[in-house]
Amino acid sequence: MVRGLVKDFGSVRALDGLDLSVEQGEVHGFLGPNGAGKSTTIRVLLGLLRPTRGHVRLLDGDPWADATTLHARLAYVPGDISLWPELTGGEVIDLLGRLRGGFEERRRQELIERFDLDPTRKSRTYSKGNRQKVALVAALASDAELLILDEPTAGLDPLMEEVFRDCVQEERSRGRTVLLSSHILSEVEALCDRVSIIRSGRRVECGTLAELRHLTDTYVDATLVGPVPDLAAVPGLRDVTVEGSRVRCQVPTGQLGELLRVLTTAGIASLVSQPPTLEQLFLRHYDGAPEPSLPASPGPVR
Amino acid sequence: MTAVAGTGTLLRMALRRDRELLPATIATFVIVAGFSARATVDLYPMEASRAGAAGLVNATPALVALYGRIYDPTSLGAVAMFKLIGVGSVLVAVFTLLLVVRHTRADEESGRTELAGSGVVGRHAPLAAALLLATGACLALGALTAAVLAVSGLPVAGAAAFGASWAGAGLVFAGVAAVCAQLSTSARTARGLASAALVVAYVVRAAGDTSAPGARWISWLSPIGWAQQVRPFAGDRWYVVPVLLAGALALAAGAAALQASRDLGSGVLADRTGRARARGLSTPLALAWRLDRAASLAWTVGFALLGLVLGSIAGNVGSVLTTPQARRLMVQLGGVPRLTDAFLSAELGFVALFLTVFGISTVLRLHTEEATGRAEAVLATSVGRVRFAASHLLVAVAGTVVLTVAVGATTGIAHAASVGDAAVLGRDLLAALARLPAVWVLVALTVALSGLAGRRGTVAWAALVGCVVVGEFGPLIGLPGWVQHLSPYTRVPQLPGGFVDPAAVVTLVLVAVLLGVAGLAGFRRRDLVAD
Repeated sequence: MVRGLVKDFGSVRALDGLDLSVEQGEVHGFLGPNGAGKSTTIRVLLGLLRPTRGHVRLLDGDPWADATTLHARLAYVPGDISLWPELTGGEVIDLLGRLRGGFEERRRQELIERFDLDPTRKSRTYSKGNRQKVALVAALASDAELLILDEPTAGLDPLMEEVFRDCVQEERSRGRTVLLSSHILSEVEALCDRVSIIRSGRRVECGTLAELRHLTDTYVDATLVGPVPDLAAVPGLRDVTVEGSRVRCQVPTGQLGELLRVLTTAGIASLVSQPPTLEQLFLRHYDGAPEPSLPASPGPVR
Repeated sequence: MTAVAGTGTLLRMALRRDRELLPATIATFVIVAGFSARATVDLYPMEASRAGAAGLVNATPALVALYGRIYDPTSLGAVAMFKLIGVGSVLVAVFTLLLVVRHTRADEESGRTELAGSGVVGRHAPLAAALLLATGACLALGALTAAVLAVSGLPVAGAAAFGASWAGAGLVFAGVAAVCAQLSTSARTARGLASAALVVAYVVRAAGDTSAPGARWISWLSPIGWAQQVRPFAGDRWYVVPVLLAGALALAAGAAALQASRDLGSGVLADRTGRARARGLSTPLALAWRLDRAASLAWTVGFALLGLVLGSIAGNVGSVLTTPQARRLMVQLGGVPRLTDAFLSAELGFVALFLTVFGISTVLRLHTEEATGRAEAVLATSVGRVRFAASHLLVAVAGTVVLTVAVGATTGIAHAASVGDAAVLGRDLLAALARLPAVWVLVALTVALSGLAGRRGTVAWAALVGCVVVGEFGPLIGLPGWVQHLSPYTRVPQLPGGFVDPAAVVTLVLVAVLLGVAGLAGFRRRDLVAD
């Protein structure tokens, strides 16, 4: 979908050769800290910004040249939502739906109820969470093939976040494609088939969660029956602590089997193994640690 | 004192935000005052020539309505500065009301006040800071203007009174704006309310000044009237200055009281609930109209009222000329019809400027939509950029036509009713419509700036101010003819009674179309920029 995208604002380079590919029918997580270029990428995808360089295709069209025809097939929830203060929430939902080319009446009603939204209130009286709901209902009620959601749950309470997750699951089961930009990792973990992580305008990781996990360490805490054997045979172990017959360490997920084989020789009394959370994956790229030595594209990238 | 804690910090912040705007605006006022003093001082060297000019002005209701009376025909300063005493105080009022709304409701609406308010900032601090800022600006403006007039050779006491009358008008309307900012939840509405108050003040003053001597007290109902009753260079009635100050203080106190009784972000005029479903509202044009509907209707009503006032004054031009001297002058000038034409032509010229304010601010809705990201939401649907921008342009242009018809028709109706001749209706309406091409040039220029150069709304306003300076004060300060002709307002037919140059009209329309098309094309090519 996006290859080698560069976007400059004056002398500031916002996107620096970004690659991003979203497959049809998947929920794709688009992760990155503030200022990494998520919203800029999305604005380019929507034809609101013109790319400085690079190749961008959206639903087999050029987002800049074919904007209006493509937009009939997608729905967008902006990250920083501002509504017309003099219109009511219900009017905004109708307006955006009609400008896109129609929406499902029944689904509109259902969503308004599920999100517990009062459509008769003027937008200026809405809180941030309520404005977010208006934009979500407008997007979800559409019959778009592609949903582009830019940090859609900012400002929603946990109950509404749950409703949102259910809705995204439903969209997926209806065969829709979702690009979900977020920095809420639990949300991405719960919803996304594949994830792209970007930093400073470049993609640093892409793949399924399982694939990404594979690249990082699993935490193992084992208490053995006998003395701790020599672990030098297991490559890549980090942070090894041995206290009597208890051993704690980080093991590359690929070497987990090898570690267990060695530990089993001493007999395992108890074992706790924690797969890396997305948070750890994420932090690995942002805590100022040196660039990991990874293959450039671990996932199936097209 | 905790209610105003943090005022100093906010004031410093406001000064920093306006570090270019404030000095530039104040300098513009001071320079225009200085130039026009110099130019007119040389114009009337003899007392007799001043008395003649003053007599003519006071005998011409059109000029009295526009600028006010000259209270001392023998005073050089009063004759030289009479235009700026009346019109200048209105412009100072516009300046302070925009300034106060900018630092009160506009900040509150955008959430900046909330951010600042979470610090050690009292409830009244933003209002206090805005009013202090406006007070400082008025004092600087008044003092500098007085100084430049004194240096230009006018009496020092009169110059000081002149500065005080300008500053006083500015202070009162800073107070008006402070009150309006409490009433509405939107800065736009607040500006509209304050401007409406200013228009009423101006019209009341004009009505009072053109009335028979027994009814001239009506002018005292208007703060703009107070500013004029200071009578600089014609008695320097300093006792009127406290009236202005008291008015300003009362309004400021009222604003503070209103603020104390409301929550942050809310207004005294409560928000009502609305429709759960949109009626109509399925095209960008419908959206643009919906967003500008309320303002457009208010402007239309205002223009219709203005037309009634103008038309009835026009019908009485002849009868108010009472002195034999004035009647002689009138005959020399071509009789009652010529005077009426000159009056209507001058007034409709002003109306065209007001109309342009409407046109530019309506088109600038595009900027608001873009800056807030709402344009993004619309353009992410199947609405193209040209269609989006053209919708706002269309609403603005159609609005200028409707407003012109409103003011032209009501002028004509009132005029026809008072002279008993229905034929003047068509004549007055045509005269009003003749100004439209100039208005369209400025509106189209705004779109062109937006499309080609990004959001440069201030440049469009600067262009309008330039046209006003060139057209209104150009002859006064002796600008060369070709500079005066840069303003489209000098190129449109100065009807009724003036010369019609069809080529100029066609050229202006073409220029407007070209600018508009260029702007729309540019809008398709550039990045959309949200703040």
